[in-house]
Amino acid sequence: MTLVAEGAAPERMQRREMSERAFAWLLISPALLFILVIVVWPLAETIRLSFTDATLGGENFVGVANYAALFADPKFWQTVGRTFYWMALAVSLKLIVGLIGASLLNAAIPGKALFRVLVMPPWVIPVAIGVIGWKWMYNGYFGLISGLLQEFGLVQDRVALLATKTSAFYSAIVTDVWVGTPMVTLFFLAAMQGVSKDLYEAAWVDGASRWYRFRRITIPQIMPVIVSMALLSAIWTFNSFEIIWILTEGGPRGATTTLIIDTYKVAISSQRFGEGAARAVVIVVLLAVFSLFYLWFLNRVNRHYGAK
Amino acid sequence: MIDRLTLVQKVGVYIATFFFLLFILMPFIEMIRVSLRPMSHLMTAKFTWWSEDFSLQAYRDMWKTVPLLGRYIFNSIFVASSVTAITMVVVIPAAYAYARLDFPFKALSLGGFLAVNMFTGAVLLIPLYRVLRSLGMLNTYWAMIIPGVAFLIPTGIWLLRSYLEKIPRELEEAAYVDGASRLYTLRRVVIPLATPGLIVVGTAVFIGAYAQQFLFAITFNNVREIQPLPAGLYEFIGYQDVTWNEMMAAALTGITPVMIVFLFLQKYLVAGLTAGAVKE
Repeated sequence: MTLVAEGAAPERMQRREMSERAFAWLLISPALLFILVIVVWPLAETIRLSFTDATLGGENFVGVANYAALFADPKFWQTVGRTFYWMALAVSLKLIVGLIGASLLNAAIPGKALFRVLVMPPWVIPVAIGVIGWKWMYNGYFGLISGLLQEFGLVQDRVALLATKTSAFYSAIVTDVWVGTPMVTLFFLAAMQGVSKDLYEAAWVDGASRWYRFRRITIPQIMPVIVSMALLSAIWTFNSFEIIWILTEGGPRGATTTLIIDTYKVAISSQRFGEGAARAVVIVVLLAVFSLFYLWFLNRVNRHYGAK
Repeated sequence: MIDRLTLVQKVGVYIATFFFLLFILMPFIEMIRVSLRPMSHLMTAKFTWWSEDFSLQAYRDMWKTVPLLGRYIFNSIFVASSVTAITMVVVIPAAYAYARLDFPFKALSLGGFLAVNMFTGAVLLIPLYRVLRSLGMLNTYWAMIIPGVAFLIPTGIWLLRSYLEKIPRELEEAAYVDGASRLYTLRRVVIPLATPGLIVVGTAVFIGAYAQQFLFAITFNNVREIQPLPAGLYEFIGYQDVTWNEMMAAALTGITPVMIVFLFLQKYLVAGLTAGAVKE
């Protein structure tokens, strides 16, 4: 008896150890297969195509010609600048509006449960549908915003917000903020509710004002969530396609053309696959560098605020 | 006590909340207003908030202007549901592996999955087009479902993993000691215990799939009959004279079924989603 048990135990441990690895990879393999076929392989293929002059007709290897042409084009650098400006402005606004919204929804007032539900619609409908609504509101002839501006005497004539360069760009920003705000608000709200009540009570006993408590307790406590929402929003905003495409298709005269829109136009609309692929690779590299830098920053913030 | 607001503060919070919600709900209010007015009046008359000519005519005419509207609504829900079902089937085992098992390259491969979040389909469209063509999936539902699944897998794994980690290990160990196989334990012990989490993650995946079906639809599919709602309606927005009141009526009608379901699920969803994400 004893002999069998002693002999069997190590063997069983051994078998278990082996099968755990294999079992784990077996469980992951379907997900991995999807990612390999739909993301990794296309990514490798994009990199390869970026060194060719591929069109519908065929392809030849052209070395770094696509990149050379791209980097020599001042328009491209304008687009890069515009994309980062678009991302920085939209993300900051989303975070600020989200923070204000979450604070309001967190206030102890009757009706807050209803208000929390009313924030969600932009998040749960197809993005494109909401944007079609905005496209209507921006139009100059009978749109709501032009109508209101005239009503209040701010402008004399009808304003077609999507027709001039500056107003089109900021209109697209407003719509992007509208699409992104509900989710940011809800995550901030949840984080605020997770802050320990003891902290507030201690500060309250010491006579700290509401604003002081917000600045010195709420903000530091939810900082990890703010920072991670900032990264997610930044990536989504950088990659956002539908909003600009439906509102302006990148116009007027390129005023709302971000890298994603530019890539889509070159690669899909004009079917210059090689040049489009080079742009896609630039996007991937920029995002990767940005994310790594950001994760490093996130790590520091988390350590600073003592969160895990 | 500490949370109590003075009357002035309360009024201030209500006013601020009103403006915040006005910003969020404005497009919906405006879409409803437009959908209730005759097109001729919208185009000619000066902007007014209220008018005498409200009617439901657009809700009748839209079925003629957009003959496939019913199909579009169905397609949207069908595509999003299929994406959700396939994503969950793929994500559950993977999330379990990351939550419970120990294996080489665990952290690295999880990081790899999460890095996928950096990409959108827009960057990979050209080769993706070729992949789908060689799989014979262009202009079928699959052209919208398969890429949708791939881009939702990382988030699904991430969210579900943090749920599974909260389930006590003891039950699984008990089943294992009783001689149950690993797969049996996953199917009969873990999944039933994780059902609330599965609902939350499933709803989140559905929202993701429902919200983002425009790009793949306009790029990989040109069969009208299987186009989802946003892509179907977008086609009409491109026309020279858009019957905006009917478009708005169609858009509102199209999102209603999902909105109703969502109203019932919102309580779980928000609590669960944010709990899963904030804890990490």
